[in-house]
Amino acid sequence: MNDDYNLRGKVAVVGVGETTYYKHGQSPDPEFVLVLKAILAACEDAGINPKEIDGFCSYSNDRNDPPRLANALGIPELRFSNMQWTSGGGGAAAAVQNASGAIMAGSANVVVAYRGLAQGQFGRFGRSGGSRPVSGAAAYTLPYGMMSAAQMYAMRTTRFMHEHGVGRGAMRAIAMACYHHAQNNPRAVMNGKTLDAETYDSSRWITEPYRLFDCCLENDGAAAMIITRTDRAKDLAKAPALVLGAQQSGGHRSGATAENATDYVTSSFKPAVKHLYEQAGITATDIDVVQSYENFTGGVVMSLIEHGLCTYENADEVLTFDNLRADGGKLPLNTSGGNLAECYMHGLGLQIEAVRQVRGESCNQVPDVKVALANAGPMVAVASTALYGTEETA
Amino acid sequence: MSRSTNEAHLPGLRQPAPANDGLDTPFWEGTRAHELRVQRCKECGLHQWGPEWMCHTCNSLDLDWVAVEPTGQIYSWQRPHHPVHNALSDRGPYIIVLVELPHADNIRMVGNLLGDPLQEVEIGAPVSVVFEDREGDPDFTLVQWEVI
Repeated sequence: MNDDYNLRGKVAVVGVGETTYYKHGQSPDPEFVLVLKAILAACEDAGINPKEIDGFCSYSNDRNDPPRLANALGIPELRFSNMQWTSGGGGAAAAVQNASGAIMAGSANVVVAYRGLAQGQFGRFGRSGGSRPVSGAAAYTLPYGMMSAAQMYAMRTTRFMHEHGVGRGAMRAIAMACYHHAQNNPRAVMNGKTLDAETYDSSRWITEPYRLFDCCLENDGAAAMIITRTDRAKDLAKAPALVLGAQQSGGHRSGATAENATDYVTSSFKPAVKHLYEQAGITATDIDVVQSYENFTGGVVMSLIEHGLCTYENADEVLTFDNLRADGGKLPLNTSGGNLAECYMHGLGLQIEAVRQVRGESCNQVPDVKVALANAGPMVAVASTALYGTEETA
Repeated sequence: MSRSTNEAHLPGLRQPAPANDGLDTPFWEGTRAHELRVQRCKECGLHQWGPEWMCHTCNSLDLDWVAVEPTGQIYSWQRPHHPVHNALSDRGPYIIVLVELPHADNIRMVGNLLGDPLQEVEIGAPVSVVFEDREGDPDFTLVQWEVI
């Protein structure tokens, strides 16, 4: 890759922050206030004045638009605003990618990537209501009782388990690792609530093949990341986490309606991973710690395979609870507790945790982290994935 | 090979309506006539689903609607237990199948698998359409499936 057209190491995350994470409906604040609080927290972490922000990136049709945020914060120059068009949380790493691109292009100096959700204020993701007729793509699924996120991604997992014989053991281990890590994380909604194999196996079906603990949480809160030029990071409060690469991808007809994606048994990362590793100049074996978006555990298994961290053949052997834990595992996964046990902040929490691992500030710190992966989205039409590293890696 | 029924499998959910740009009106008119009509490109002859204004293979804008044999094979499935909509409370589990139509360029369609909601579902099993006629505003017909 031509260095002039590669952001590797030139852009860095210099501040991260989040609000208190709440169970859905329990936030005392409106969603907009949550976003403002998260941005202030990320700025404080960076040691940067919020009025220096001149760019905003978000995803999933976040309701808190940059003009209103800039107005509330008193931003003197709003130079860049960006909304990532993807399904669900698949845009979390893409927001970092887009922010990085804006900085590389000279479109902005200090960009915040953010996401706010108040499911109490605006309705739960896991519920669907209404009685009006439905048209377009939803008309081919909703009248058949297929309308929630779990239902939209269950059949990919069924087919994946059928084609590759991979399955339940890996999904259980992923859920247990997330809950295990949440016990050391005071921010985690599931801090204090452990998960053992028996509890997982006896948990109720949401939709077969997903049990309750295969599914992400529903939460209220907000999270933010401050991104700027790496050469600016020297003057700031914390060591920067350099963006080594950030990519997004949808494969051939990944957005086809009524489940007609050409490659159906995929987490949607295949094209992005190829470009990500080339951009960063690394291979999967260089990755020290992994944050892999769990909408549903079956998607994580596919994601890890497509990132080259295990194979279709050995996934059940590699993806064990012992291997996935930060304390001694070979493939530490979702060390904050992730979307299953820290908070479902549409995956931005996973990006933040990758930064904390690079800084050495995680609640479940993996020793000597040089390269951290954080992806977003699996099985959605467009997924995104990013690599962060220490200054010595760039 | 198909049959029809007046029994609603999942009553109370939102009813389908043709898209307001007319894209899939022939499909919904077809189900009322108990025909499974899908798009086929007049240029290259490939079937396409879900509907779109352009053929994704040759980019022709000249697409036809043709009736295809209302049969297929189960490509994947799920069994929802948790009710996500008020109309599904106390309904119990039901089965959603993704059906592949090998005779129509392997397009896939989503519907319910009728019969015992706890039946063992076999990927690859042959299925045929049950047109589910429903009263509504206006009346409409869903495409359901049963194992042959």
